[in-house]
Amino acid sequence: MVVWRELLVAMRRRSDVATALLFFVVVSSLFPLGVGAEPNKLRAIAPGVIWVAALLSSMLSLARLFAADHADGTLEQMVLGAAPLGVIAAAKAFAHWLVSGLPLVAIAPLLALQYDLERELYGVLALSLLLGTPVLSLVGGIGAALTLGVRGGGVLLALLVLPLYVPVLVMGAGSVEMASAGLGGQGQLLILGAMLIAAAAFAPWATAAALRISSE
Amino acid sequence: MLEARNLECERGGRRLFQGMTFSVGSGETLRVAGPNGSGKTSLLRILCGLLTPSAGEVRWNGARIQALKEEFARHVLYLGHAPAVKDELTGAENLRVACALAGLSPSAQQARDALARLGVPGDKPVRQLSQGQRRRAALARLSVSWQAPLWLLDEPFTALDAAAAELTRSLLGEHAQRGGSVVYSTHQDAGLRDSRVLEL
Repeated sequence: MVVWRELLVAMRRRSDVATALLFFVVVSSLFPLGVGAEPNKLRAIAPGVIWVAALLSSMLSLARLFAADHADGTLEQMVLGAAPLGVIAAAKAFAHWLVSGLPLVAIAPLLALQYDLERELYGVLALSLLLGTPVLSLVGGIGAALTLGVRGGGVLLALLVLPLYVPVLVMGAGSVEMASAGLGGQGQLLILGAMLIAAAAFAPWATAAALRISSE
Repeated sequence: MLEARNLECERGGRRLFQGMTFSVGSGETLRVAGPNGSGKTSLLRILCGLLTPSAGEVRWNGARIQALKEEFARHVLYLGHAPAVKDELTGAENLRVACALAGLSPSAQQARDALARLGVPGDKPVRQLSQGQRRRAALARLSVSWQAPLWLLDEPFTALDAAAAELTRSLLGEHAQRGGSVVYSTHQDAGLRDSRVLEL
């Protein structure tokens, strides 16, 4: 029900969704323009740049994850709701991922084209994003809940959450680099999968605890 | 039966109230009165468990509400200052979401009746409605929440016209007659037959 509601709200505010996606496209398109069109150089930086752009784009929509619900009082109803708050937090993170993570996975191969990435790596890149972006939504949810109602919350959120994103970035970009070196990125992808499982198990409850604190 | 024992509340280093003890039984209506800033909202938030009192405890049917958790949530309807209505959704969608969150499942007909009774257009996004109509959309929850025995309402009469205020009064009256308990706050007398008035 919460997922259905989130998607409905997102549908009626399509511009927000489009902004995050366009941001991803623009940021990752700026690098070939800035660095120059030397194919080898571009191929080398491609995984890192696309992953950093994905992190930032996911950050962008994070601030609104709970802020609107906090402002209009829906959050209080969620805290007081009949369903455990952790389940609601998980549903919200899932909806956030559907709206802001999944489109990135779909569009990333298109951007990889700009970097002349080898065809075989598209699958690894998409898979690493598929495993990594839900972790961003889940972990970001904790930060969004903690900075709720804090002045200058947006900047604080970035400072709080970006360091936590580092392992995901290292493993995500690393998997593509390893695969391009012919070593296969399975190791990194498995670690990303493990991170996803750990985040899915613990992050919603941490988010719930943070939401309880900030709704006092 | 809702019991408050020795409640004390401190906000921003200022003590709002202390040693507050009262109980609300079934069929009773308690009005919380007092000027702005006297702690009416804080008291209601403590009663529903959103806020932890600096001392004292709240019990529902003998058990502490912190221990009951979601079990208590199913017995309570809390309507805060913010209407908890999403601008992007229509009146009907808002009601459905609110009921789902509260664990209620009214039939489609009951939901339509609730909206019709309060005169909220069910098919328009709430964004297009006036402040008073938004408030009515929030109050529509009252008429489908008969399963929740305890109603905690924070200023339910603000931004309502005479007709809507009368309707709210009759909803509260019906609930008390059904054997429910109501605690509501207001700074002026709302014309309800209150069992008790708590002056802050």
